[in-house]
This record gives sequence, C-alpha cells and structure tokens, in this order.
Amino acid sequence: MQSKKTVVSKMITYGMVILAFVIVFALDQSGLISRHMRSMLVPIGINIILAVSLNLTVGFLGELTLGHAGFMSVGAYAGCLFSIYTADLLPLAARFPLAMLLGGIVAAVFGIIIGVPVLRLKGDYLAIVTLAFGEIIRSVIINLNFTGGASGLKGTPQDSTYPITFVVILIMLFVIMNLVESKHGRAITAIRDNRIAAEACGINITYYKLLAFVVAAFFAGVAGVLFGHNYSILTAGTFDYNMSIEILVMVVLGGMGSIRGSIIAATVITILPEALRFLEDYRMLIYAVVLIIVMIVNASPRFTGMRDFLSPKTWIAILTKKNNGKEAA
Amino acid sequence: MLQVNNINVYYGKIHAVKDISFHVDSGEIVSLIGANGAGKSTIIHTISGLLRSKTGNIQFLGKDISKTEAHKLVYQGLAHVPEGRRIFLEMTVMENLEMGAYSQGKVNTNDIADVFERFPRLKERQKQIAGTLSGGEQQMLAIGRALMSHPKLLMLDEPSMGLAPLLVEQIFHIIQELNQAGTTVLLVEQNAEMALQIANRAYVLESGHVVLSGTGKELMESDRIRKAYLGG
Repeated sequence: MQSKKTVVSKMITYGMVILAFVIVFALDQSGLISRHMRSMLVPIGINIILAVSLNLTVGFLGELTLGHAGFMSVGAYAGCLFSIYTADLLPLAARFPLAMLLGGIVAAVFGIIIGVPVLRLKGDYLAIVTLAFGEIIRSVIINLNFTGGASGLKGTPQDSTYPITFVVILIMLFVIMNLVESKHGRAITAIRDNRIAAEACGINITYYKLLAFVVAAFFAGVAGVLFGHNYSILTAGTFDYNMSIEILVMVVLGGMGSIRGSIIAATVITILPEALRFLEDYRMLIYAVVLIIVMIVNASPRFTGMRDFLSPKTWIAILTKKNNGKEAA
Repeated sequence: MLQVNNINVYYGKIHAVKDISFHVDSGEIVSLIGANGAGKSTIIHTISGLLRSKTGNIQFLGKDISKTEAHKLVYQGLAHVPEGRRIFLEMTVMENLEMGAYSQGKVNTNDIADVFERFPRLKERQKQIAGTLSGGEQQMLAIGRALMSHPKLLMLDEPSMGLAPLLVEQIFHIIQELNQAGTTVLLVEQNAEMALQIANRAYVLESGHVVLSGTGKELMESDRIRKAYLGG
C-alpha cells in the first residue's frame, strides 16, 4: 500500500535526522561544540524518541495518554539495574543494547498490564487514569529498596553517548514509520477516524489499540534506559506528570500524527529553555510565551496560507505553470 | 439467512428492544421501519455485535452469532453500513475503499472497478479526502466500502438520513440494483414510504415491539401505516 509519496516523505525524515547527526558529528570532531552544547545532545535524542513514540498513541491512535513518563521510569530502572549488576560480567557492546532491550520489554509488559483494562476508556478518562498510573509507579519506586528509594539509584555506568542515541532514533524511526505505513498502521488510523466504521470493516479494535500502546511504551522504556545511563544518579522524582505533559507538548506542537514535526518540536523544546538562559529570571516566562505564540501562529489560517506560500511545493507548481505558459505563448 | 429469535436489549434499565423476532431470507430486501426511538438502530447494533441481547439468539447462515465479536462478522459475510455515514473522514475515497477490503486481506482492483461503475461520482473523486464529499457522496462511499467486503447480507442503517429527496431515490435505486445482483439487504429506515416501496417484506416497530409485519405492498395499503407514516 506504500505509495511513492510516502516513500519520499520517509526518506526526507531519515535524511533530516542523518544530516543533523552528520553536522553535529563534524562540528564535534572539529571542536566547535561547547561542553554545554554537547551535554544536551543525548537529552535531545531521548526527547525525540519519547515524542515520536507518544505520537503513535496520541496522534495516530488518537487516544490521549499522560503516562509516558511512567513507562519511561519503569524502563529506566530495569535497564539501569541490569547494567549495575552486569557491569563486571559483560562488555559494554553487549551490556548496553541488552539493557535497552530489557528496559523496553519491561515497559512493554507494563504497557500490556495497564493497557488491557485501561484502553476501554476514552478521552479525558483515559488521560486521567494513565496520569494516575504514572504517579503510582513513581510512588512505588520511591518506596522500594532495590531501586534506591527516594535518594535515587547510584552507580549506573554512564554509557549513553549521542552516536548511540542516534542509532536508537534511526531504529525507532524505522519501526514506527513502517508500522504506521503498513496495513496495521492504516487500521490504527482508521480506529482514530471512526471506531464503529473500523469495526464494521473487520478491524479488531482492542488488538490494535493495545499494539499502538505497547509499541509506544516499549520505546518510552528504551528512552528511559538512555536517560538513566546519561546521569550518575537516577531519581524517581524526575518522572512526574510534568515530564509526561512536556512530551505531550512536543507532540502537539509538532502536529498530531506528524513524525517529522515531533522530531523538530522535541529538539526545539529541549534547546529552548537552555538557549533562553541569558534571560535569567525571565527564562521560564519567555519559554511559556514562546510556546503560546507558536501554538497560536501555527493554527491561524493566515499563517497556514503563508506556510503554503513558503513551501517548495507551491513554488514548483508556480514555476512549472509559468514554464508551460511560456511554451504555449 | 438471518434469523433473529426473541431478543431483548437494554440500555441500563431502559428496555429498548422487547422480545423481537424476525427473519431475512436469501435474496430478499427486508425493511425495519418505525419512528425515532422505536428500537431500529438498537436491533442493527445487536446483530452486528456492538450491543448484546439478554435473551434469545441470532442465527446467520445457520451459525449462532449472538456472542460473536463485531469485527469478526464481516469475515462471515455480514456487512454493516452504520448510521450517519460513518466513513473515514481523513482518508481519501480510495483509501476508504481499501479499508473496506481489510477483511479480504488484499485489495482487489476489480472490486474497486465494480464500486466505481456503480458510483461514478466516487471515481471522479477517488483522490479527494472523504470529509470534503457531499452528504450523498459520503453515503455512496459508505455503501461502496461495505461492498468491498463481498457481503452476503448488507445491513443499512438509515441510508436516507439527511439527504435530499432526489438523492434518497438514487440511493434506494442503487440498493435495489445491489439486491438484483444477489445481495440480501436488511434496511432500517424512518423514511417508510421509500423503504416499503422497495422491500419484499417489512416489519413495523413501535417502542421496542413489532406491531405489524407483512409484504411491502400490504403494509403500504394498511390504514395504520398510512396514518402514522405516509401522511393520510
């Protein structure tokens, strides 16, 4: 069912990510990136993974979930504990991928456990229940001993580097973009468009809802493992609802159901608070104002018109028309 | 072909369908008519598995389907065109038809050609987003999509809803053509006149009961129907 257009669109997305990586890598090699900038590369990548995977449930399946940070924390703890216990047994090349796989699988299992009862709900009810799930996970982790409790989990090797994050992003894009463009992805968007009509077409709603939910949870878990291996200490307090909402903001800002939009929005939202650091006390205020302006401008009809005007497609259309006109004349 | 035996459907405490039985034979057009709230759509939803009956059973092609999940019925040859033109508004016309073939596994280009032959308007608009179609075109698309699953029994829920009289006639004409081509049709309608005209048999529903049944012609001549639905 893949048309030429979707293949081109996919290539643009891959190309964009690879180009960004090549530029960053070249700058890094030539020493043009400050240490501060460098420390932001992994968080940017983690947020890209989180935003794109959440887009699968929010944008493509059309169900509002606010428990993404919860899945992330489950994956982070599973992966970090694995790394701590196997630090002396396995070489890095085997340990880290296994830790990520384990973190993803644990998060996916939680996705199934949570998803089966919860996906019967819709809209705001689902949002509230998934929000509660995230909070429960956080409280449980704080009160367990083997997770380090409230003081946090220490001793995770700091394995996360930006090239590894980049590879994970590519794998995730490959999986999610192929899923979305496949027959299964079509079924998922059909459920979003019209549940009853989808059921009348013979689509198993429960199965596909759970599929989207679990794949999203898996990648949230993988992002959590990267997150855990990026800092020397992992505290459950990090994964509160603010984080879930921030990921949601990235998805909404980038456009529901737009993978490329999620990537760009995740990058911008990660960089923005840092880039605004020179504003000191007014930093978070300006950050919020910028978000509001972007949302308003993005939705305004006049801007949509301007965006169409600026897009290369329009120019190609205009130029080819002109040429045709000249030939005719 | 379809045998509904003594079904009772409730919405919480509300008893919407009261001990209803009816049957549809192969090759027929059967209409269920009645006013708002008579239980027509509830019956359709119960047959298609979106609602469950507390009692009785529903047989389709000799199999009990009263416990079958909604999405499995289309594989058995039962297609449901839901009320209110439930198409995939954000997909193109072509993609909607492809979704209709979901149960077939693969999209058969001949099937699409058949649908386009029956609905030339859809062919003109195959690349258009379905949400931008007119009401009549959306109804055509909903029917076309159902046809993509090769149904043995086509259940139509209020196909005339919100359409201009001329379009209603066109839609009903198409339903008749489909029936002549071998599809059995179960039609739920408020537009009693049109529904009775094309029906082999019909059942009249009032507040959850079947109050009358007979051939379409018989019912059209019945005083009770004329008074209640056909305007004297």
